[in-house]
Amino acid sequence: MAPSSSAPVVALRGVGKVFGTGTLALDSLDLEVRGGEFLSLLGPSGCGKSTALRIVAGLSEPSRGTVSWQDSDRAHRSIGFVFQEPTLMPWATVFSNVFLPLKLEGVDKAAATPRVMETLARVGLAEFAGAYPRELSGGMRMRVSIARALVTAPRILLMDEPFAALDEITRFKLNDDLVVLWRELRTTVVFVTHSVFESVYLSNRIVVMTGRPGRVSSELLIDAPSRDATFRTSAEYAGYCRLASEALGRAMGAGAAA
Amino acid sequence: MSEASANDRREQVLRILAPVGVLAFGVLAWDLVVRINAIPPYLLPGPGLVMATLWSDWGILWTSLLATLATTVEGLLLAAVGGIGLAVLFNQSRLIEHSLYPYAVILQVTPVVAIAPLLLIYLPQQAAVLTCAWIVAFFPVLANTTLGLNSVDHNLADLFRLYGASRWRMLWELKLPAALPQMLAGLRIAGGLSLIGAVVAEIAAGSAGAGSGLAFRIAESGYRLNIPRMFAALLLLSLTGIVIFMLLSLLSLLLLRRWHESAITRES
Repeated sequence: MAPSSSAPVVALRGVGKVFGTGTLALDSLDLEVRGGEFLSLLGPSGCGKSTALRIVAGLSEPSRGTVSWQDSDRAHRSIGFVFQEPTLMPWATVFSNVFLPLKLEGVDKAAATPRVMETLARVGLAEFAGAYPRELSGGMRMRVSIARALVTAPRILLMDEPFAALDEITRFKLNDDLVVLWRELRTTVVFVTHSVFESVYLSNRIVVMTGRPGRVSSELLIDAPSRDATFRTSAEYAGYCRLASEALGRAMGAGAAA
Repeated sequence: MSEASANDRREQVLRILAPVGVLAFGVLAWDLVVRINAIPPYLLPGPGLVMATLWSDWGILWTSLLATLATTVEGLLLAAVGGIGLAVLFNQSRLIEHSLYPYAVILQVTPVVAIAPLLLIYLPQQAAVLTCAWIVAFFPVLANTTLGLNSVDHNLADLFRLYGASRWRMLWELKLPAALPQMLAGLRIAGGLSLIGAVVAEIAAGSAGAGSGLAFRIAESGYRLNIPRMFAALLLLSLTGIVIFMLLSLLSLLLLRRWHESAITRES
C-alpha cells in the first residue's frame, strides 16, 4: 500500500511560530507531506502539532520559514479541514452543513445536491440529510464534519484530533471508516493525534514531535498491507505500537530536558 | 399513557391553574375589601366596577389603546432595526464601536422620564413619544446582538475563512444566524421596554397638551378623579404588555425550536 506518488504536496521548511504572548509553539519544523500518504503527527499535547496543521491550512501565518505547495497557484490547493469538535452550524440541517463549502465556492444548490448526497452516503448518513446536528450522536456529528471536509474533493485532508472526544467504540468504528474512505478517495491525509494506537492503525508514516518548542523528533514508517480487526490484534501492530511509544517517550524526554 | 407523559400533563395543567388561582384569589380579596369596608369608588373601585367601566368606556379606551400600541410597535421596530444595525456596524468596525458605544450606554442609563420633557420641546409630540420608546428599547437589542455576534464559534469562523468566504457572507451565513438567539432575547426585553417608553412619554406629553394614548387617559382620569377608568386603562396596558411578550416569545420559539437549546423541551 505505497503512496501513489512520493512528490511532496506541501513542504514546510524551517517553520517557526511565536504567538503574541511570546510562547514559542514551533521551532524550525521541517515536514514534507507526500501525495496520497496518510501521515500522522504524533506528540504530547501542547507540542505544536495543531499549530503546524493550522499553518498548512493557511489559518495561521508562520513567524518564519516557508510553506511551499506543489501547485504554486493558491486556487489549486484545495483543503479539507476537520476540527477536534464537529464544528457544525447548529441552525442548519446536515445537508446544509455539508453543502456549505460548495455554497461558499458559488455552486448553486441544485448542482451541488448530487455531490452532497453522495458524500453523505459515503459516511453512511444519507437518510439524515434533513436532521439537525443536535439530533445526532457525537459520532454521527463527526461523520457530518468529515463529509463536509470531503465534499469539495480536496487534494489534502487535514484532521486535528478529530476523534479525541469520542468514546472508544465510536472511535474504532470511525478509524475503520476513515481507512476505507482514504483508500477509496486516494486523497492525502494529515492526521494530528496524541494516541499511539490510533496513529499506528491509520498511517503510512508517523512523524513524532517533541513539545515546547515543537519540532520533529523521529519518523516511523508503518508498512502494513491491510488495516482491519486482524491488523489491530496482530503482533505486527503491537510491535509498531511499541516502536511508536518508545519514539514518543524519547520525544517527551527530550522535550522535558530542553 | 405512560407515567412520564402523565406527569408532563399534570405539570402543564399546574402551570396554567396556579397563576389563574392566584388571580382569582386576588380579585376576590380585592372585591371583599371594597365591599366590607364600603370604600367609595373614587378611592378604590371594586373589580366589578372596573370591568363595567372597561365596557362602558370601551370606545374611548380602544382608540387610546390603538394609539399606544402603534407607538410601542413602531418603537420596537425602530429599536430592532437600530439595535441590530448598530450591532452589525460595531462588529464590522472597531473604530465605529469605540466611537459610538459609550453614547449608546449614556442614552440607556439616562432615565427616559428626564429626557421626555426635553424631547417634547424640540420634536412634534408624536415623534417625541416615538423617540422615547425607541431610546429605552434599542439598547437591549444592541447589547444582546453584539454579544451574539461576538460569540461565534472560532472554529466555524476559521472554516468560513478556509473556504474564502467574504465579509458579507461571513456576516449573513455565520454571524447573524449564530446571534439569532441573543437577538431574540434582546427583542423580548425591548418589547416591554418600548411600551414603558411610550407610556412615560405620553404621561409627560399629556401634561403638556393634547394626547390620546392609554397613559394619557390614565393621567387625565386621575385629574378628574375617574378612578375606575384609571384602573380600566391600567388593566389594558398590562394586557398589552403581556400580549407583546407572548408574541415575541412565540416568534423566538418558532425560529429556534429546531436547533437551540433554549427552545427545546427535553424528554427525560
